[in-house]
Amino acid sequence: MKIKNAALAGTMESSDIMITLEPSKEKGLVIELDSTVEKQFGRKIRRVIGDTLLEVGVDSARVVAVDKGALDCVIRARVKTAAYRAGGEECFHWGGDIK
Amino acid sequence: MKQLRRTMLYVPGNNPGMIKDAGIYNADCVMFDLEDSVPVAEKDAVRFLVNEALRTLDLTGKEYLVRVNALDSPLGIADLEAIVSTRKVVVRLPKTESAQDILQCEREIKRIEREYGIEPGSTRMMAAVESAAGVLNAKEIAAASPRLIGIAIGAEDYVTDLKTTRSASGVELMFGRSMILLAARAAGIDAIDTVYSDVNNEEGFREEVRLIRQLGFDGKSIINPRQISAVHEIFTPSLKEIDKALAVIEAIKEANRKGSGVIALNGKMIDKPVVMRAQRTIDLAVASKVLEKERENA
Repeated sequence: MKIKNAALAGTMESSDIMITLEPSKEKGLVIELDSTVEKQFGRKIRRVIGDTLLEVGVDSARVVAVDKGALDCVIRARVKTAAYRAGGEECFHWGGDIK
Repeated sequence: MKQLRRTMLYVPGNNPGMIKDAGIYNADCVMFDLEDSVPVAEKDAVRFLVNEALRTLDLTGKEYLVRVNALDSPLGIADLEAIVSTRKVVVRLPKTESAQDILQCEREIKRIEREYGIEPGSTRMMAAVESAAGVLNAKEIAAASPRLIGIAIGAEDYVTDLKTTRSASGVELMFGRSMILLAARAAGIDAIDTVYSDVNNEEGFREEVRLIRQLGFDGKSIINPRQISAVHEIFTPSLKEIDKALAVIEAIKEANRKGSGVIALNGKMIDKPVVMRAQRTIDLAVASKVLEKERENA
């Protein structure tokens, strides 16, 4: 999926994360993270963001994430929402492995 | 064991903090809402959030439902896709007006089950009736699909449709509640009462819960975890009721052993409805964990 325009998902409420996605001219993902738990979980949060974007076919974008202690499932949901908004996609297949 | 539905806790589907904590409280059922509590601009986000949460969170020990948007808009169909594919929840359909609404929802669920390789017929449904037409069609709605586990009344829209408002006594809801209950009993499914919005009026809430228990409802939709304990307290059989029920069952066993036809306990005749009520009390007590299974069979 191609990031066509900037899009945002999530809030600044506790347990949430706000994800802003922007198109990038360069190949690859650039992730800027501001998190209340950066020290303990920064690497993990970046990995979840990166993996989720690759999962929905985004391999080039600039990501700004402001985390307020979101669970992994919330990070995944907000990244997917932002990606689909930024890509202008409306169809989504909900399949995949159930954890 | 019977699935208890004494309390059905509403959780706005777009609030990660509330979703995370929903399982902590001891409500019998948790219902994630994709409908009225979610702004139109966030309808896409809430699908991703509830879908991911259902796939990840430990959902054991409770029944989970998701209230989808009505199917007369594209929102409802998209909600079903996101939810049914998780294989984890009961679909609660809002604003049900007729059996046709249930059948339409069932058709969509069937299609999604086929597309995602889900066992046909495994997704269960619940109907919420929120209008005069819905109440008048309650019997057909409750019997429309074997997937239905219950039918609920949604009072706010219903009283607006009746051109009245909710009162403390709930007199305006008597007919609607009775219709829902009769429809549920005739179809052999559960009847769930509407929410009580004034969370600070505990006495008013308790009065309403006592009323709906007396009417025969199985439980109540609630909007705040603070409301859980009062409902469970009122819906759970008291020790006196349990002892009486156990005595009835013991008397019937004794009579069967002796081969006697007419049975009496403390001078009162025990017939089939009395035994059925006693058994129901015991089942509810066991499910509510106030009576051990062993003692029931002692």
